[in-house]
Amino acid sequence: MRITCPCCGSRDRREFTYYGSDDYLRRPDADAAAQAWDDYLHNRDNPAGETRDLWYHDPCGTWVKVTRDTVTHAIHACEPVAGEAG
Amino acid sequence: MTQSHRIPGKGRIDRARPVRFTFDGRDYDGYHGDTLASALLANGVRLMGRSFKYHRPRGVMTAGSEEPNALVEVLEDGQHTPNVRATMQELFPGLHARSQNRWPSLSFDALAVNDRLSAFLSAGFYYKTFMWPPAWWEKIYEPLIRRAAGLGSLSGRHDEGRYEKAWAHCDLLVIGSGPAGLMAALTAARAGADVILAEEDREMGGRLLSDAPEIDGRKGDAWALAIVAELASMPNVRLMPRTTVTGAYDDGTYGALERVGLHVPTLADLPRECFWRIVAKRAILAAGALERPIAHPDNDRPGVMMASALRSYVRRWGVDPGRVVIFGNNDSALDAARTLTAEGVRILAYIDPRPVPPVEEFRVYQGDVVGTTGHLGLQTVRFRHRGGVSEIAAETLALAGGWNPTLHLACHMNTRPDWDEGIAAFVPRPDMVPGLAVAGAAANRFSTAACLADGAGAAAAALADLGLKAPDLPVPKAEDGVYAIAPLWSVEAPGRAWLDFANDVTTKDVELAAREGFASVEHMKRYTTQGMAPDQGKSSNVTALAVLAETTGQGIPTTGTTTFRPPFVPISIAALGAGGRGHGFAPERRTTSELASRRMGAPMIEAGLWFRPSYFPREGEATWRDSCDREVTMVRQAVGVCDVSTLGKIDVQGADAERFLDLVYSNTMSTLKPGRVRYGLMLREDGHVMDDGTCARLSERHFLITTTTAAAGPVMRHLDFVQQAFCGDWDVRLISVTEQWAQFALAGPRARDLLNTLLRDPVNAQGFPFMACSETRILGVLGRLFRISFSGELGYEVAVPARYGAALFDRLVAEAENLGGGAYGMEALNVLRIEKGFITHAEIHGRVTAFDIGMERMVAAGKDCIGKAASQRPGMIGPEREQLVGLMPLEGHASLTAGAHLYEEKAPATAANGQGYVTSVGYSPTLNSWLGLGFLKNGRARHGETVRLEDGLRKRKVQARVCDPVFFDRDGGRMRG
Repeated sequence: MRITCPCCGSRDRREFTYYGSDDYLRRPDADAAAQAWDDYLHNRDNPAGETRDLWYHDPCGTWVKVTRDTVTHAIHACEPVAGEAG
Repeated sequence: MTQSHRIPGKGRIDRARPVRFTFDGRDYDGYHGDTLASALLANGVRLMGRSFKYHRPRGVMTAGSEEPNALVEVLEDGQHTPNVRATMQELFPGLHARSQNRWPSLSFDALAVNDRLSAFLSAGFYYKTFMWPPAWWEKIYEPLIRRAAGLGSLSGRHDEGRYEKAWAHCDLLVIGSGPAGLMAALTAARAGADVILAEEDREMGGRLLSDAPEIDGRKGDAWALAIVAELASMPNVRLMPRTTVTGAYDDGTYGALERVGLHVPTLADLPRECFWRIVAKRAILAAGALERPIAHPDNDRPGVMMASALRSYVRRWGVDPGRVVIFGNNDSALDAARTLTAEGVRILAYIDPRPVPPVEEFRVYQGDVVGTTGHLGLQTVRFRHRGGVSEIAAETLALAGGWNPTLHLACHMNTRPDWDEGIAAFVPRPDMVPGLAVAGAAANRFSTAACLADGAGAAAAALADLGLKAPDLPVPKAEDGVYAIAPLWSVEAPGRAWLDFANDVTTKDVELAAREGFASVEHMKRYTTQGMAPDQGKSSNVTALAVLAETTGQGIPTTGTTTFRPPFVPISIAALGAGGRGHGFAPERRTTSELASRRMGAPMIEAGLWFRPSYFPREGEATWRDSCDREVTMVRQAVGVCDVSTLGKIDVQGADAERFLDLVYSNTMSTLKPGRVRYGLMLREDGHVMDDGTCARLSERHFLITTTTAAAGPVMRHLDFVQQAFCGDWDVRLISVTEQWAQFALAGPRARDLLNTLLRDPVNAQGFPFMACSETRILGVLGRLFRISFSGELGYEVAVPARYGAALFDRLVAEAENLGGGAYGMEALNVLRIEKGFITHAEIHGRVTAFDIGMERMVAAGKDCIGKAASQRPGMIGPEREQLVGLMPLEGHASLTAGAHLYEEKAPATAANGQGYVTSVGYSPTLNSWLGLGFLKNGRARHGETVRLEDGLRKRKVQARVCDPVFFDRDGGRMRG
């Protein structure tokens, strides 16, 4: 598996550390309901098909949002996490 | 011994370079260019092994990596490598090989009695025969069966051989160097693409070396040599002979095993093998096809081999096969008979179930082979034909049951091939592996002309994908014959007919599996072990499932194939794990004080990837405890020095740095004044404690935070995530500076005296109070000074750029010794912090909350932080939780053990009665008692109670009193003083 680091280019997956779903990017407000926090922390889809998850490129410290297909293993997009939120 | 079966003048061997080798202790001669198999055949040795289950005598079947029979052990320096395919082992002077799975000798094997008992040893016999009594399976039956059935043995010693792994990158990877592969490589290379051409054999050329069809008016092998020479001269081409591509993985990554040093005597400067990971933008699989045998009775005797292998042994290695019978069902069999005749081989009979018109060169029979004789080697072949049944004496029977395209790699991503009725074989579908095209015989092109054109075409398509222009390269002229076949899987005749030679699976086993309900191909495989030997059924799987399909009447496309999985050939674990043994297992991180510590006799222990001194033994100290007790007392009474460089250090800068730190720490950092340090607690987003450390504000916009040694990496990753995901537009930047600074703790009542021997500007208690920090000159070097304490004593930490670390440590230890102190190690550090109730990752192990460790007030009320919401949820706070407590044994010198569980005094030790557990223990010379830290249900309300510590592993029970986790100097007067 190869992931394109927005900073360093195409790299083998051994250079990356997996975190989890990109749900982690959508952090609820501090005073959000318990259910929102529960969903954020624990409840995950397990799609057969397109999924978006977060990988850390250890050598350069860049977090990458990877859009990929769990069935075909195709990687559709690798975007920097930093560009997205604000 | 003379090479009695070598044809004079023939073969691609170097007769000027004779090679002496041994097989089963006997000397033989061969030539440079031989394989072990070809050299043995040239010496008239047909018997090379014993079969897996029945111990039947076996000879070589093939001339390639798919060999099921001729597996041998190669011996060197007390080591032996088992299951080496004699067809792949190149001959070199001093090669020692021996046969395997036989006793006492290859020609007389006591366990050949299994062959007579075959009626009792059919598929699944061990599931049926050895059922009772159940206890016997593990102790008696299984060891017996394992000894009787098997392959080679291991030496039992470590493999000290050198192995390597490597990466390669290219535009186009071409797998296989037959006509299709060479044309593909040449086309792409002339277009300027970066090309890797991988070939399993020692020589490039594939079947052109064995069959030598005419190409552009030249013999095929001569044409191949010319192309290879051109490729070798091009800087954009890497030729990789002796390299088997073993697996196709995601995103154009291919695994490949190169036999680097297995064809020469053991040499210091060559690794045995190299495991490659090749990343290719495009790849072409031109691996050709594998010929399959026909299942007829007694088709497994030494002397029975594939017709294609026979062509290779005659043409490449000049082996004289003696009198030959060919049994085939397709045009390539007939072509083999003609070519071999032209090479001077005596073909006594060509047998084919199809009506074949008579030819001049040899006798043609329409019929099939129904049996053979010859105990240790083929003597006669019995066959049915229109005139009846005949038996002729022959040394070699060549089988030609048709060709299976070598499409394994195309199936490695779990796509299934199509069944092609025309060639009675599985063929690849397009785009089975993204970026991989299949060409040549692997893609059902069976004439030389079609292979050449297909290779060129596949390369042109790849070049178009790569944005390169295909060169103007005419496809050479070559034979364009038709390959027609009448499928024949097994001959209807009495006797056992082998399918999987390597695992001793016969047609009867497959039929039995179907009868007993194991009719799906995956079940049949597991019941019979068909295809589960080292050759993975390369030459037998298709025939076996065809026999299964005939038995069930379901047809082959419905029956389907089993799954093709990497690796294509066996890979030694040593190659896969190259570099990973001993010091290569994990990176080793070393502090600047390590050399000095070792010089002082300190044993080093691992802390994560770091090595830290355990204790510093002095004369007269018999055990580590003696040293540890002395070092603790030394710190409490004088001064100690400890290297704390391994703690993670992260530099945080920017206008929004304080805002960022407020978000990642549970407590508030924005109120910290420059020149001050604050203890900080970090939570995970799920509300549990992640790490603790200190946060120093060096200036308004510049912070330096520390992490624990073990969590430095994960904390950095976490901070990067928070910053990039939630603070993208904040003015804050982070970088790890752990290795840039050497840092030492000075602890003890005389720490200030020690410190002031180093400083240009001495400090006093008021001017540099507890939790102060500043830049300062340390022995003339600009460094940093922190007044923090992990021992509970007056403490400082001094940091200098790492290059000054070793010198500073030496100086510190010398000055400390003048003051009645010295260096202390991890053991003392641990006791000191337990006495003070300071936590480490033994306590914050991932399942505890700030509440559990008595720090719930450190989750600041007025701001959000990572983990705050979850830390307040029901269940995360409350009397039902296990809380940090101190534990002191009732009887002064009773020792405590970490990992012991806590129970009420009289309660039985059951899970339901569990009240908590012990996390850290140590003997305190200060308090003259063992001390423990642990977690106890509602523990803070239970100080003064007695609990029982029960350690089931070490069989220990101790009564202990629950107390505050701070055992010593509870008001902190010593470290603040």
